[in-house]
Amino acid sequence: MTAAMTPPTLELRRVSKAFGSVQALRDVDFEVRDGEVMALVGDNGAGKSTLIKSVAGIHPFDSGEIYFDGKRVEIHGPKDAARLGIEVVYQDLALCDNLDVVQNMYLGREVHDLFHRLKEPVMEQRTSETLRSLSVTTLKSVRQTVATLSGGQRQSVAVARAVMWNSRVVILDEPTAALGVAQTRQVLELVKRLAHEQGLAVVLISHNLHDVFEVADRITVLRLGRNVGVYERSATTQQEIVSAITAGVPTKVAGIEGTGEAAT
Amino acid sequence: MSVLGPSEVELAAAEEGGVRAAARAYLERVRAGDVGSLPVIVALALITVFFTAKTSVFFTSINFDNLIVQMAPVALIAIGVVFVLLLGEIDLSIGSVSGVGGVVVAELQQAGTGHNLGGGAAIAIAIAVGALIGALQGSFVALIGVPSFVVTLAGLLAFQGVILKALGIQGVIGIQSNTVNNVANYFLPKEWGWAIAAAVTVGLCAVTVSGFVTRHRAGLPIGNPLLAALRLAALAVIAFGAVAICNHARGVPFAGLLVIGLIGFWTYVARRTTFGRHVYAVGGNPEAARRAGINVARIRILVFMISGAMAALGGIAFAARLSSVDLTAGSGTVLLDSIAAAVIGGTSLFGGRGYVRSALLGALVIKTIENGLDLLGQTDWVKNVTTGLILLAAVTLDTLSRRRLERVGR
Ligand SMILES: Nc1ncnc2c1ncn2[C@@H]1O[C@H](COP(=O)(O)OP(=O)(O)OP(=O)(O)O)[C@@H](O)[C@H]1O
Ligand SMILES: [Mg+2]
Repeated sequence: MTAAMTPPTLELRRVSKAFGSVQALRDVDFEVRDGEVMALVGDNGAGKSTLIKSVAGIHPFDSGEIYFDGKRVEIHGPKDAARLGIEVVYQDLALCDNLDVVQNMYLGREVHDLFHRLKEPVMEQRTSETLRSLSVTTLKSVRQTVATLSGGQRQSVAVARAVMWNSRVVILDEPTAALGVAQTRQVLELVKRLAHEQGLAVVLISHNLHDVFEVADRITVLRLGRNVGVYERSATTQQEIVSAITAGVPTKVAGIEGTGEAAT
Repeated sequence: MSVLGPSEVELAAAEEGGVRAAARAYLERVRAGDVGSLPVIVALALITVFFTAKTSVFFTSINFDNLIVQMAPVALIAIGVVFVLLLGEIDLSIGSVSGVGGVVVAELQQAGTGHNLGGGAAIAIAIAVGALIGALQGSFVALIGVPSFVVTLAGLLAFQGVILKALGIQGVIGIQSNTVNNVANYFLPKEWGWAIAAAVTVGLCAVTVSGFVTRHRAGLPIGNPLLAALRLAALAVIAFGAVAICNHARGVPFAGLLVIGLIGFWTYVARRTTFGRHVYAVGGNPEAARRAGINVARIRILVFMISGAMAALGGIAFAARLSSVDLTAGSGTVLLDSIAAAVIGGTSLFGGRGYVRSALLGALVIKTIENGLDLLGQTDWVKNVTTGLILLAAVTLDTLSRRRLERVGR
């Protein structure tokens, strides 16, 4: 396929990260391409959140390389990640409870004039448009404080915030964990649309393999901070992924070379 | 006397129209952990009625002028406190820094010392010194991570020492500069008072109308015009009423104008600029602010600079009132009054929730009680106990609305 010719949108090579004596990531490889949903799965503490927080510039990797569109890049802070077009929806939603929906959507990227005066009408309009385009219809007002929103509404705001910008890579850390059936459905639909219609590179972290199999094109499995393997969704089964997650058995390798070596 | 139009929340929520919708919007805000200014305004009204009934000298023009001049320094310092509290931090050095502000001004304007600067320059330098002290303390908090409680406690002690050293054995410096003394002792000509009341009213109307127009043009829901008009009418009545009372005696005190002007300016900064937005964000969730790419350390340092500068300005107003500084500068109840003012005014101790105007409202509550009890011939112990109880009530209210929030699990 042609996908093999063009470089991945985002690629990590042999990245490691330790918190004191805890080695959260060890020589991990990862990639995601335009127009695909790459799922990132693994047991609790496998290092999924650590991986994406480093990509987002929250805390840098200790070692390893990051490539964007095939070019070596450095990510030292959230601004670097945003400049590349990497947007993250965090597991512990990074919203300010005391601010309203519009203020949260534009946090750190407020629209303002020369004198740093906020342009509230512009922000409010675009917020409403974005939420509407994502069929988020349960909000009473975009001027509601986030503290008064339900878990699902907060998740919707967080997802909307990530996709409102001209992003290239959208990373979602367990976006459906706190959602009801209907809203889970909506978010998954949204995830598919982001990749397949808008051509974004989407990374989905989830413990729900049913969800993963519904939307992912490929699946990367981590175990205890190491790669187990990368699986084509169409060529694997839930049982195979479960055993990869729990036992770390590398069975099939697709896409990245060298991911099949023993993980433990 | 509070400044600027309805908050955005009210605007949007009032779109359904009617006072009922506005009441609902207010309840919603309380539920979101923001008690707002309503309780303190009610308290202020009750206090005024109480003292007016108790003594005939309370509600007089002369006493009104006095009250404004007494309240001004605390209100000025409390503005800085509001910003610090919005961050979820504390600044215990404001008393000492206000003393430093007074000493610097007095020293610089002194004839025959080689400085002998004009009053304006002396004031500007004193404020800059306050900001610098704030930058220093803020750096320890923001860059090293020392708790602000400890950094500013150290500041409290250290700058008290600096004042002792600066005033030396003589222990007092008189202020001859008219410019400096006028900060607390100048009363505006009566026409000026009226002109200012008119300007404030027109300004508030313009802000409200232009807000409505821009929102309408952008196709956004607009607030209830009736409610906005009522609010404007109330503010106009307060503005003209205050000027009328003041003009009956010596006129509007410059100190009062200074407080109103700065409340307006800092309200604008807090609610309408990116900087203000980031202050609220850092106070609400520092981690979220950091992940959003906000330079959290920069915001923290700037806020401590505001606190230092406003403390120095408050100290200048104190010194101007006495036309001198002595060893008691910035000690006594200055620190506690200023922090209490911000909290009583409705700014949360837990960060992220509050308004600049609470500095004025809280200072009015504290100083009105003090003034009234003085007129009734009560001694200090009654004043202290009363102020303490009101502070406790304000913090309890704040905590309850906060606890409610946590019970809902957010
Ligand atoms: N800030 C931190 N300080 C210290 N240790 C950390 C920190 N963040 C993560 N860790 C550790 O790193 C390891 C990986 O954690 P991480 O949060 O990345 O797991 P995860 O795969 O996201 O798990 P979950 O599915 O539970 O979200 C864990 O052992 C965790 O305790
Ligand atoms: Mg995680």
